[in-house]
Formats: sequence, structure tokens, C-alpha cells
Amino acid sequence: MKKTNSNISKWGVVVFPGSNCDHDGLDAIGRICGQNAIEIWHKEDHIQDLDGILLPGGFSYGDYLRAGAIARFSSVVAHLPEYVENGKLVIGICNGFQVLTESGLLPGVLMQNEKIRFICKEIFIRVERADTAFTTEYKEGQVLCIPIAHNEGNFYLPVDELSVLEDNNQVIFRYCDKDGNVTDEANPNGSVNNIAGIINEQGNVLGMMPHPERRCDPILGKPDGEPLFRSMINHITTR
Amino acid sequence: MLKGIVTVTLKQDVLDPQGQAVQHSLKTLGFPEAQNVRIGKSIEVWLEESDSQKAESRLKEMCDALLVNAVIEDYRFEIVEA
Repeated sequence: MKKTNSNISKWGVVVFPGSNCDHDGLDAIGRICGQNAIEIWHKEDHIQDLDGILLPGGFSYGDYLRAGAIARFSSVVAHLPEYVENGKLVIGICNGFQVLTESGLLPGVLMQNEKIRFICKEIFIRVERADTAFTTEYKEGQVLCIPIAHNEGNFYLPVDELSVLEDNNQVIFRYCDKDGNVTDEANPNGSVNNIAGIINEQGNVLGMMPHPERRCDPILGKPDGEPLFRSMINHITTR
Repeated sequence: MLKGIVTVTLKQDVLDPQGQAVQHSLKTLGFPEAQNVRIGKSIEVWLEESDSQKAESRLKEMCDALLVNAVIEDYRFEIVEA
């Protein structure tokens, strides 16, 4: 049965010890987008009834060993493969992206920034595809201004795997200048091919280093992040 | 009791900016012979095991499961009496 747009989707924002962007996520999905967004403690086992899951930014488990490496063994993340298999949506932002690569739900690894510095600033990213569950409210080629705040955001994949990722059109966002040109100067952290965000082959898991949840309330600037959540909500409520 | 000492390094074809910065600093400090620096980490694991072959295979499992990210890192280890 086709649901109507008036249905409210149910979201879980995962809270790991050390998460610090969980409330921004709850605010973006709950208050701004008017959905039912709840905190999910990392020990939770029952996640399959959620429509969408957000893995937030922060320093889960203090980034011990490698960023995202320990969070991967939490109950919630252990249940994610089944959740993803069922076609449900997962978005991992910043540390959430690192958790997704460490757990193997997305390819690659987020290495230390090329310039060995924590970077916290607004950058531009280009929308590479507007036909995914995460981006239908954008236009292809649209340039977004979104903040980044990370020390390990340098996306890396060996050359052969990188070409598979590119051939499959799994790159969703690239760092660019304000006019949408993908250049070395516009690459803040050394990521291969200026990659800022990717999806899995199935198309229902997105990982990205920039923080769209911090650009949803107009009081914080142009709300370039909001259409991302709107896209996901539309995908859920109209399928 | 045995102890595994795991040395984790970045793969050779992966850029190591930290190593480069340290190499540059060494040069500045008057050590021009330091041509290349690669930084890794050492992890020590105390094992309740007396059979070093068993310890070796278990330690390898630990490396593959958690201690090492095979996309960017290589490792080697030795097993010693704790």
C-alpha cells in the first residue's frame, strides 16, 4: 500500500559514548523537518522498525585505535547489515561515515587530513547525483555550502577499488569551489577525487564528512542541508 | 603467558603526512640523513596461552578483526614470553 506524504517517519539517531552531533541531528529531523526522531543508545537491539537511522558526528569511544573502529562492535551497528539489507535508509555523518567504512557497509577509509590538522570551516560541495534517496530535493551539479569539522576526513581507496566506485556512480558529493569546479585547492583534506560523500551499491547508505544537519535552521545560514533530509523523508513516506 | 607485539604501519603506497612532517623537522634539527620517515603504532597483547603456534594464529585473527585496517595498513608481529 502506498503511503501518503502526510505520514510521519520514525527516525533513530544513534548515541555512542562520545557522540556530539546527535542533538543537531535530532533537531534537524525532529524540529525542522517535523518527523519523529528519537535517540537510540548504542546498546539498542531493536532498530528494525525505524524508517531511517542517523549515525552522528563526534568521537565515538574517543576515536581509540582508529576513528569509528570500536563503535562498529556496538549492538546497533551489529544490527545494521540486516537493516540495510531490508532497504532502509542509513546516513552517517562525519564520525558516522567513519563507522560505516570501518564496519564495511561502505568502502574505503577516512585517513588523517593531508595537512595533519583538525579543520573546522565552511566548504563547498557539488551534488553529483540528484536521483538517489538522499538527493532528489537537489539539482545535479548544485553547489552547497556546508561546514566540515574533522581530523580524519581524507577519503582513501586503492586505485582499482576507486575506479569501481566511480564507475558505479557511488560518489554523491565532491569538494569544489563556490562555482562548482572540482579543484585541488578546493579539496580541504586530501580526499581522492575530492570525494566528500558516497553511497553503497544498493543506494540506501550514505556516508559524508560535511555536516548537513548544521545547515538546516535558517538562523545558522542558508539551509543547504535541509533538502538532504527532505529527500530521505520523501523517499520513506512515498514508497 | 605469552605476549604478542604487533607493529602496524601504513602501506607503502599510502601517503604519510605525519611522517613527512617529522622527517622535515629532523632535517631542520640537523639530521639530513633522515631521508624518509614512516609512522606506525605498536600494540602489545598479553595472551593467556602457552602454545606459541596457537597464540600466533589467534593474534592474526585479532589483527584481521580489529587491530588493523587492511585497506591502508600492513602489520607484522612477534610473540615473546610475557
